[in-house]
Amino acid sequence: MQKKENTYGIGVKIVLYTICILWALITLVPYLIAVITSLKPVEDVTKFSVDFGKLSFSSYKYITTEFPFMRWLFNSFVVAVAVTVGNLLFNSMAAYALARLNFPFKKVVFYIIIGTMMIPGQVLLIPIYLILNKLGWIDSYKGLIIPWLVSAFYIFFMRQYFLTIPKDLEEAALIDGLSRFGIFFKIFLPLSLPALATQAIFIFVGNWNSFMWPSIIASSEELYTLPVGLNSFYGQYYQFWNQVLAGAILLSLPTIIVFVAFQKYFVRGIVTTGLKE
Amino acid sequence: MRNRTKAQEYLTAFVMLLPYILSFCVFFAYPLVKAFIISFQNFSFLGDAPPNFVGLANYKEALTNKMFLDSILNTLYYSVLVVPTQLIIALILAVVVNDKVKFKEFFRTTYYLPTVTSPVAVSIIFLFLYKTDGLVNQILSHIGITPRNWFNEPSFVMPAIVTVAVWGSVGFYMVTFLSGLSTIPDQLYEAAEVEGAGEFIKLVKITVPLLKPMIFFNTVVSFISTLQMFDLSYIIGGSDGGPMGKAMTMVVMIYRTAFKEFNMGVASAMAFVVFGIIFLLTLIQRKLFGEEMSY
Repeated sequence: MQKKENTYGIGVKIVLYTICILWALITLVPYLIAVITSLKPVEDVTKFSVDFGKLSFSSYKYITTEFPFMRWLFNSFVVAVAVTVGNLLFNSMAAYALARLNFPFKKVVFYIIIGTMMIPGQVLLIPIYLILNKLGWIDSYKGLIIPWLVSAFYIFFMRQYFLTIPKDLEEAALIDGLSRFGIFFKIFLPLSLPALATQAIFIFVGNWNSFMWPSIIASSEELYTLPVGLNSFYGQYYQFWNQVLAGAILLSLPTIIVFVAFQKYFVRGIVTTGLKE
Repeated sequence: MRNRTKAQEYLTAFVMLLPYILSFCVFFAYPLVKAFIISFQNFSFLGDAPPNFVGLANYKEALTNKMFLDSILNTLYYSVLVVPTQLIIALILAVVVNDKVKFKEFFRTTYYLPTVTSPVAVSIIFLFLYKTDGLVNQILSHIGITPRNWFNEPSFVMPAIVTVAVWGSVGFYMVTFLSGLSTIPDQLYEAAEVEGAGEFIKLVKITVPLLKPMIFFNTVVSFISTLQMFDLSYIIGGSDGGPMGKAMTMVVMIYRTAFKEFNMGVASAMAFVVFGIIFLLTLIQRKLFGEEMSY
């Protein structure tokens, strides 16, 4: 390792660091400009220079008190948390059955799960909307949450993980008289915390950022999730860039915090789901 | 006794699979069949008339709709620009941060941030940056490029959206490339060094060839996701597809036909056409890259 580092010429080093720093700037500068602009008074938003004396949180205060941003934030949290919890439980249950139990048509069920991943979602959008309309779930939390409680992809993902848990552990527990559900809750779930964390983060972030479905289902303003609310706010107040960008920061912050806090699971998740076991 | 435990196991499996089975029936199998039926029906959500069978009329209407045909071309144009651009940048970044640069954790984290940022927030930030009097134009005017509203001109809107899309998703592909790089044994590089190979030779002769399966995997994933693009186009261009409809994508067109015009039959036909296009292009890709890489 030491030897390898020494073999880099100064030229190679310059190229490497130039690329690193250049893309870091390309990534960070838009955020930085958004944050600074959100703190500026509206008349200064297109000025390149920053007058530090004039920066304040007033646009954040304004949008969260004069507009229903807090309500939208709350809706986004309720929906994303409910969907995440549902997925963790239901996907793991199905995965356990597929990894550890014997039952008729097991192979068929498994291939159906793989097959469903190949159908693009837009095909199902219209009939699901019609079903929810019949059920009276349009413009309700139910409509935002229930269609997304199970994910074929994460059933597959959890199954692969469960297959790595030694069988002996389970047989010992069975002999000790633990039921299958007991084994699932007391042995498999606790042993799968890294996989569950990976799944939780991806589902939470994905649902938090989801835009098309909530914009179809949530028609009244009180039921908007934050992305839908912000888009409609932008449509009406686009000249107030300090407020619009404050809303964009408010929308971005939770997933960025979740990511930075749990990034080791993120990377592991992509690695394990991107590659075969 | 044995039969009882067997029955018990079946029952347990059924109970554990029940949420999936319910969700599969209500939100997948039935909708799929229903979508197929609707695509042959005169199904207007707003009309009072009961839906009736119209044969291939919806498909005919979809395939003669200029806006829909344009949306197919726009989407392909978008894909052809995005896929290579983002994969090349992602590969370069992965190789660079996989190496022994200092602060590589910081760089990796930074590059991934746009991937977890809401496309609505991303679009809005770039709507601000690309404004005629926005900061990008202020910088460009210093090097003699006339300021313009990038998202408001027919010939620039899609390339401008491409830059936003690439910015937003390079991090994801970088991480998958990193996982591919970690599987390449160090000995290969060491052997090449003994032979006197420089960094560039190692990249071209070892890294890229060994990453081929990962490159294929990422190309397919990236291509499929670009064909289904909705958020950026809808937020930046609206349901009319931006200036002269040049930002209209296939999925925005389905959305518009279904939920703005409430013409569910035609929209379903469009959805199946899109499905067919995605399926066909994936098959072609598979052939192009060779069968042996069956990820």
